[in-house]
Amino acid sequence: MSRKTYRQAVSEALRHEMRRDLRVVIMGEDVSGGLGAPGEQDAWGGPQGVTKGLMPEFGRGRVLDTPISESAFIGAAAGAAATGLRPVAELMFVDFMGVCFDQIFNQAAKFRYMFGGRAVTPLVIRTQYGAGLRAASQHSQSLYPIFTHIPGLKVVLPSSAYEAKGLLIQAIRDDDPVVFFEHKALYDDEEEVPDEAYTIPFGEANLTREGSDATIVAFGRMVKFANQVADSLEQDGIGCTVIDPRTTSPLDSDAILDSVAETGRLVVVDEASPRCNMATDIAALVAEHAFGALKAPVRMITPPHTPVPFAPELEDAYIPSPARIEEAVRGVLAAKR
Amino acid sequence: MTITVPKPLAEEMYRRMQLIRRFEEWVVKLVESNEIAGVTHESVGQEAVAVGVCLALRDDDVITSTHRGHGHIIAKGGNVAHMLAELLGREGGYNKGRGGSMHIADMALGIFGANGIVTAGCPMACGTAYAFKRRGQDRVAASFFGDGGVNHGLFHEALNLAAIWALPVVFVCENNGYAITTPIASVTKVELYTRAAAYGMPGEAVDGMDVQAVYEATRRAVERARAGAGPSLIECRTYRFVGHYTAERFMKLDYRSDEEIVAWRKRDAIPAWSKRLGEAGLWRADDQRRCDAAVERELDQAVAIARQSPWPSADTALDHVYARTYPGLPAQGFE
Repeated sequence: MSRKTYRQAVSEALRHEMRRDLRVVIMGEDVSGGLGAPGEQDAWGGPQGVTKGLMPEFGRGRVLDTPISESAFIGAAAGAAATGLRPVAELMFVDFMGVCFDQIFNQAAKFRYMFGGRAVTPLVIRTQYGAGLRAASQHSQSLYPIFTHIPGLKVVLPSSAYEAKGLLIQAIRDDDPVVFFEHKALYDDEEEVPDEAYTIPFGEANLTREGSDATIVAFGRMVKFANQVADSLEQDGIGCTVIDPRTTSPLDSDAILDSVAETGRLVVVDEASPRCNMATDIAALVAEHAFGALKAPVRMITPPHTPVPFAPELEDAYIPSPARIEEAVRGVLAAKR
Repeated sequence: MTITVPKPLAEEMYRRMQLIRRFEEWVVKLVESNEIAGVTHESVGQEAVAVGVCLALRDDDVITSTHRGHGHIIAKGGNVAHMLAELLGREGGYNKGRGGSMHIADMALGIFGANGIVTAGCPMACGTAYAFKRRGQDRVAASFFGDGGVNHGLFHEALNLAAIWALPVVFVCENNGYAITTPIASVTKVELYTRAAAYGMPGEAVDGMDVQAVYEATRRAVERARAGAGPSLIECRTYRFVGHYTAERFMKLDYRSDEEIVAWRKRDAIPAWSKRLGEAGLWRADDQRRCDAAVERELDQAVAIARQSPWPSADTALDHVYARTYPGLPAQGFE
């Protein structure tokens, strides 16, 4: 056990699984970098340096730098998965889904079902998402609800370094296509992470804080903000349960409903655009199955329905903040029915 | 024109082409009797391409197919009873009734699916070929697509990827002249096979109505692929004698002239191949009749088996979405 960053945790998970299983291969744009260049090979390991060092250890046969052809290499990864490999394809930013989505949602996601259960597609797509790095509208989106909508895909949102390592190892060992969303503002976050391999099962929420006054459900980076808010409210004697579902598909509905049955108050924090996102999904879940338990209207804390703005002033206002979450929790506590 | 392939192979070429032709004619009948629901795309006229390509492959090679896939699947050895059961939406179908005409697959026979999305099989074939190469196997992936596919981005991305990674892929363009009703010449300025040059791979056009010509071209591409020399593109010039899909026959569409259809029908690959078998002294007068009768029997039996196959039960409707079936709220709708 030692302190590791989210970046190191992801990298370690990949290294563990590549050492353990020869079927695991990596492909993507610049996952190593410098392919055939006159200077340094393994030039950078991608924009976050996550895959740096893997090519020298495992070779170009297993760490494949691809052309900028997302459809071709994501589709090839799906084909290789259906042929018995366990590819981890890197879609550099999830915003690039627009140029390869068919291979994900019409192909990889549907092989098993369409083929009557006779195809297995153990594919992982790692991708960066989220706002906060002044990367503007086409490199900052939180598009996981779109993937969550697709039957056949599993969708994972690691909220910390510990979570990232265990969930990625699970994703690689899983027999279904998994889209693994790494928040670009979390890569430098550190915590204690075991050196050995471990897995975290999908569909089992993590209760990062426990309290009986209100429930906060949050995803990815928003879990960190929700924890800060819960800790701050604790000072005022307000107890919050914070639920990190870890995976949006499958979703641990029971954990959410059980907690709401106890607290009667729910705030959902979601960095995705507000229409048809995880917040609306969970609000509907609770309205349908725990309406009688609610002591206040559900609050949804999301960005506004706009593209992610560039200007730092605007982007900061766009991202759900701990202050907005805290105000929402105080609001549901004050509400009268 | 001489026959250069051995007699058993020459006979098998005829048998599979005839099986495809009669299968497709059965499909039309079953659509008209409302036993097959939805949309089917018949490959009548294009049999020589499917058979010429697939008989040049080994059993452990892989194909990816298209929306017009019945012929490819039969040519690769697919079981016609399982195919028909799938078309009828039965539990005994290849896909347990979950797929239908456009998604028939048999992974064990190397049939990685018909596909409803144009050229979607091209990158998949690249990945399969990469997996073969990675494991040190000399297996090959052949990817079928139509003339309409050559203007799709996936085609270009996949050809480039296969070329730079020297993957054992044979890209097979079935040029039947029309993307639904749009003539290929109206939307493409070059001969289709010349696109190969842009990716540094060999490309050639062959007569898609000559099963032996398709077979020989494929064999050259397959040998090259097995030897580690990388992918090839083959353009097979063919024609569908029928509409884009079954319903077209009732739509009175007039985008093709009668003269054009008649001219292509005169070049029908199946009687032409039978004639050559006779001229080469490989077949006597009765041999074709015997082969045809066996095909009829096989299809009669297949239709009977398919019709007897049970309907899928609604309580299995959630199965096969994931490796294990998740209980819980999303299951609603089937309750």
